[in-house]
Amino acid sequence: MKIRIKFAKSGVMKFIGHLDMMRYFQKAMRRADIDIKYSEGFSPHQIMSFAAPLGVGITSDGEYLDIEVNSTKTTEASIKNLNLAMVDGVEVLEYRQLPTDAKNAMSIVAAADYKIYIKEGYDNPYSIPEWQEKLNHFFYDRSEVLVTKKTKKSEKVMDLKQLVYDFQILEEANRPVFYLKVCTGSTDNLKPELVLLAFYEFLSLSYEEFAFQIHRVDVYAKKEGEGFVPLGDLGNDILTEIPAHQDK
Amino acid sequence: MSKKLALSDEILLTVDKPARYIGNELNMVKKDPESVEIRFCMCFPDVYEIGMSHLGMQILYDMFNKRDDVYCERVFSPWPDLHEIMKEKNIPLFALESQEPIKNFDFLGITIQYEMCYTNILQILDLAQIPFFAKDRNWDVPLVIGGGPCTYNPEPLADFFDLFYIGEGETQYDNLFALYKDCRKKGISRADFLHEASKIPGIYVPSLYEVTYKEDGTIKEMKPVYEDVPAKVEKQVVTNLTDATYPEKPIVPFIKATQDRVVLEIQRGCIRGCRFCQAGMIYRPNREKDIDVLKKHAYEMLKNTGHEEISLSSLSSSDYSHLEELVSFLIDNFKDKGVNISLPSLRIDAFSLDVMSKVQDIRKSSLTFAPEAGSQRLRNVINKGLTEDVILEGAGMAFEGGWQKVKLYFMLGLPTETAEDMRAIAELANKIAVRYYEIPKDQRNGKCQITISTSFFVPKPFTPFQWARMYDRDSYLGRAKVVNDAVKEQLNKKSIKYNWHEADVTVLEGIFARGDRKVGQALLKAYENGCIFDAWTEFFDNEKWIKTFQEIGMDTDFYTMRERPLTEIFPWDFINAGVTKDFLIRQWNTAQEEKVTPNCRMQCSGCGAMNYKGGVCFEDKN
Ligand code: SF4
Repeated sequence: MKIRIKFAKSGVMKFIGHLDMMRYFQKAMRRADIDIKYSEGFSPHQIMSFAAPLGVGITSDGEYLDIEVNSTKTTEASIKNLNLAMVDGVEVLEYRQLPTDAKNAMSIVAAADYKIYIKEGYDNPYSIPEWQEKLNHFFYDRSEVLVTKKTKKSEKVMDLKQLVYDFQILEEANRPVFYLKVCTGSTDNLKPELVLLAFYEFLSLSYEEFAFQIHRVDVYAKKEGEGFVPLGDLGNDILTEIPAHQDK
Repeated sequence: MSKKLALSDEILLTVDKPARYIGNELNMVKKDPESVEIRFCMCFPDVYEIGMSHLGMQILYDMFNKRDDVYCERVFSPWPDLHEIMKEKNIPLFALESQEPIKNFDFLGITIQYEMCYTNILQILDLAQIPFFAKDRNWDVPLVIGGGPCTYNPEPLADFFDLFYIGEGETQYDNLFALYKDCRKKGISRADFLHEASKIPGIYVPSLYEVTYKEDGTIKEMKPVYEDVPAKVEKQVVTNLTDATYPEKPIVPFIKATQDRVVLEIQRGCIRGCRFCQAGMIYRPNREKDIDVLKKHAYEMLKNTGHEEISLSSLSSSDYSHLEELVSFLIDNFKDKGVNISLPSLRIDAFSLDVMSKVQDIRKSSLTFAPEAGSQRLRNVINKGLTEDVILEGAGMAFEGGWQKVKLYFMLGLPTETAEDMRAIAELANKIAVRYYEIPKDQRNGKCQITISTSFFVPKPFTPFQWARMYDRDSYLGRAKVVNDAVKEQLNKKSIKYNWHEADVTVLEGIFARGDRKVGQALLKAYENGCIFDAWTEFFDNEKWIKTFQEIGMDTDFYTMRERPLTEIFPWDFINAGVTKDFLIRQWNTAQEEKVTPNCRMQCSGCGAMNYKGGVCFEDKN
């Protein structure tokens, strides 16, 4: 049976890259006694996949991984066991069973939202209302916001109006926070820092790579008729233990 | 939220693998530094991934932290990218746990596992902002204490350390800590503390010994400067390994360490007595751990780490008395849970092949033999019991079982080696290939792959070869060429691949392995000239070393090219390492006679280790 796990990543754990997080969770499954399924063969590996890799330096409240298990304890017990096996800075938030025909998380990711903070020690050039006004000029008042995404191999021109689903200026502790909901997934993946860079360039502000703390809030799938739903909402809490099937 | 890191986000996001510097790993010990009396920083002077793979460090980390009055933290060599930044910004080297500068600690304990990390030790002191020389330090900085195999000749490092701990760490640290606490409470001077510490068995305080030299540069005399400082430092040994402390909850790094698995130490020492092997001598006597305790440790450590692999650690696993039972236990209990079982240092025989076929993919895995010398004559000289028949029989069985890859390890430059011995390496590889091709074509899997690797022999203290000479770089490479040419002459040359090691590093290793106190100045000069991470081919720069030796006018041949007379006083003679000099001389002579010595289980050779009252020396007697 398929399980979707949601976790948060904070503090110093932001320096641990995606591949190391996968290794971390593989070991954590063993420590927490999750009855995870293994592939066949001489070097069996756990059946596990992550929804959307998180870049080094970014924190998150909405990371997802899917696993397959033979049997499972309840949601409550599993979350408890997993959290006993965690280090500081990783917390398991959800443990839900997916319908048998559910597609894996990676293939259905459609959007993610982020908060971007200006780090301490870096300048905040504007007041909140000023930021709001600038944001309108940059984004809401235009019909097309073209940016060039450079990769090692190619350059691609993208229209932010198509790929940014929400862009707001929030206020936390008297400082502006940029809120972004962007297209995410394998085909049109938009990194939030690219949007911010474009915004800063539009304002002729110098963009300093290390000036921002990016925080992912959640990751979404698109559901017919309902719009974006958090990946975790596609599963259900497990209220009673489920034993392993006798006939595999 | 979480504690503050010593390095800023800007730095951590710029350097390679920031996870090396942030701590917070699973099972890392967290204590309030204010609540302890002794802050100890344990250092492995190489990069994090290497250092975190070292079992001894995990043992001591765990043992120290089991005490309420000690907080033991860790530090490793910052990679050169961070090194630059720390120098430029004057950031003091910090411990991973508390992220606080180690210069404020009570102890800096450095484990010294190989000679080529010596410049990294100076890097640690430099970045920590601790004076290089012990004589320039006061109570404002930690006591710098060294341990590990290289301390069986600590002399090249003598000036940089306040103390050395000779032997196994499990025995005397409690006494050292008690003395330290007492002295600090009473406001005793650092010099007086060191004087008292030198009386603890196993503790060597280099500043309390005076060395005088003869005109030819060899040692005339080495003696304590005070009457109550022992002239001989006694190696420390854990008599009962079964009851010794063991880390049930080893730290699990986020980034992949070289040793990314549970390591189960099944025994310490070795019964074999290979004459080139320092570990086989200094860890005498061979002591086994009780099988039930091992089973319990295996279970606990897998549970507490979540590792997907467990590896048995020992110098020669096949000699462990209950190996079959232990291996079956591991397979029966953990194989189904996706746990791999890795068994290094196994003799190839029916049992090990059976086990390997259960835990590995035969087509991908290879057989390993370490005959160390090509000819039987030279194998007798080095006391390596492995014979050609045994190798061919093992390989034959394996080939019939489906294996087709073989790795062979040899040393070049061994005492009495001739060109014939070198060519015998290639011939042995060829014979193994011939054995493979004896299998009918339709029953074998294409070609076999035989890989020969040679390293150059470096004589080590407390081995029967401690008197042996070494050679220069060109002579070493010449030896490798003889092997290479001989490989090309073999009938099955297409199935044989030959790799040999760098020769420059060998010569340096030789200088440090048997060097005296005078070598210390070369180390410091080399570090100042930019030598660092010498164990890494990408950073090792032989030119800088040659320049260094020229600058200080050091004749390195003195350390490498001489065969020592039996009467010479060695820099390490002040240590009693268990094996007596008399035994080593007997072995050196037996080697010249090309005679083998039976292993400890067959017959005791009276090496001196019986004094420790445990282990193999008493196996039949209880
Ligand atoms: S005293 Fe004898 S049995 Fe004990 S380690 Fe030495 S040679 Fe082996």
